[in-house]
Amino acid sequence: MSDNVIQKDLQNYIASLVTQYGKERNALLPILRGIMDKYHHISEEAMQSVADHLKIHAIEVQDAASFYSFLGTKSKGKYIIRLCQTISCKMSQALGIANKLESELGIKFGETTKDRMFTLEWTNCLGMCDQGPALLVNEKMYTRVTAEKISEIIAEYRNKLAKSKE
Amino acid sequence: MIQSNYKNRFTFDDIKSDTGLKVALEKGAQAVISEITDSKLRGCGGAGFSTGMKLKFTAEAFGNPKYVVCNADEGEPGTFKDRELFTNYADFVLAGMTIAGTAINAAEGILYLRGEYEYLVEHLEKVLETRRKNNLLGKDIMGRKGVGFEIKIRLGAGAYVCGEETALLESLEGYRGEPRNRPPFPVTAGYSGKPTCLSNVETFARIAAIMAKGAAWFKAVGTEKSAGYKLFSISGDCEKPGVYELPMGTTIAAMLKVVGAKNTQAVQCGGASGRCLHKNEFNRKIAFEDAPPGGAIIVFGEDRDMLEVAENFLEFFVEESCGQCTPCREGNVKLLAGIKLLRNKKCSPAYLEELVALCETMKIASKCGLGQASPNAFLDIIKNFSSEIFMGSN
Repeated sequence: MSDNVIQKDLQNYIASLVTQYGKERNALLPILRGIMDKYHHISEEAMQSVADHLKIHAIEVQDAASFYSFLGTKSKGKYIIRLCQTISCKMSQALGIANKLESELGIKFGETTKDRMFTLEWTNCLGMCDQGPALLVNEKMYTRVTAEKISEIIAEYRNKLAKSKE
Repeated sequence: MIQSNYKNRFTFDDIKSDTGLKVALEKGAQAVISEITDSKLRGCGGAGFSTGMKLKFTAEAFGNPKYVVCNADEGEPGTFKDRELFTNYADFVLAGMTIAGTAINAAEGILYLRGEYEYLVEHLEKVLETRRKNNLLGKDIMGRKGVGFEIKIRLGAGAYVCGEETALLESLEGYRGEPRNRPPFPVTAGYSGKPTCLSNVETFARIAAIMAKGAAWFKAVGTEKSAGYKLFSISGDCEKPGVYELPMGTTIAAMLKVVGAKNTQAVQCGGASGRCLHKNEFNRKIAFEDAPPGGAIIVFGEDRDMLEVAENFLEFFVEESCGQCTPCREGNVKLLAGIKLLRNKKCSPAYLEELVALCETMKIASKCGLGQASPNAFLDIIKNFSSEIFMGSN
């Protein structure tokens, strides 16, 4: 897709989110979450567009977007893997899972794979302390994760993407 | 959906989820407020404000419309009871919100669900839809003319501080989740500046249960200052981690027995911002007047390095501090650096004294509960495990 087409696509999508959630200030977070779902980050163009719709300054959009860890202003992969780093998961061997994820994906925490498929991040307590280690792949929750399970999970998403390209 | 791990039988298992709503509609707003006040129910998120008083203040507050907001930003490390409630007892929570709505004369409820629990949205939307079909939500609820209430779900976006009630309101309104000054409290100036009854998920479920079974039933268990039952999320070094309902005032020792914990050296009670209790203190009661009853219990076996635990908690607070006020933003960074020095046996006793003084400053001068409570675990671990900390150091 050319830059123009991408721009047009973004603008149309934001307009549809505004129709869905409204133009009030309290619609800002749902709109930004919507942009994350599709584009995996909130670009400067997106911030400006949202600001125009809500009749606020773009800096106010950035102000909110930069605060929340599930919103991001930097480009991320299609699937964001977030591994819980809080104490109960740490005590159920989350570090071993972290190593497995790094070797499976060939990236460190905080990085994105070259094919822009996966971003690997730490996250705080996922509320799965009784069945850790736990991780999120986008919104999907995985509990009692093991090294073998990691390979399966990654393969599941690689297949999903391969299928969508066919 | 994530299935439950271990749990015991809850009192909710013996009650129909909407009996309470029926009773509430029959008796009317004043009776609901008196019943809940009489039950001595206190907020189940940890702060423990009287729920009856909260309903009364919101009902009497000047301003319209009024709102009911359910705080489902369950982010306190070690807490997962709200997940259990939503998974298996969602109707109680939604009925409780509806009861609160009729008691304060609000037409709209907002369920603020943490972004991490997005997987629950589909399930909750289904439950809401069924309630609408069954005339438990929407217009003329249970056939009563003019009694209307709607509930919508709003997702958070990964910020622990939004569990603080005024930060949650900021987030709902589309701003950074930075706590407001209090007063004014949400009961007079909450969502969009309007009177708002903002409570924890479990509190709403309790309202529904109390309206069904009566105040006397609830306050018959527990202690003088902490009535009734409470859900506890128990994890860590034990055989049966999960969500347990126990009477307020249960001792740590009794709780450890229930979950099959052995050789326990310490228990983190009330999450990362709670207290770290040494095994000498296991006779203490979990109640507002003793060990904090927020609901998160993390069990540490005798092999755990407690300084590593303190470091994990402080890394958490450094990341989750909203950065608005200096004592919290800078203080947690200093405490984390201090813990790292301690772990490397490079912290002098004099510097440790300075850190302890800093903790006091943070408790006094931080704007919200995050910064006021974040030094707790640090102080407890220093106090309880100091012999190990300085063992072998110069």
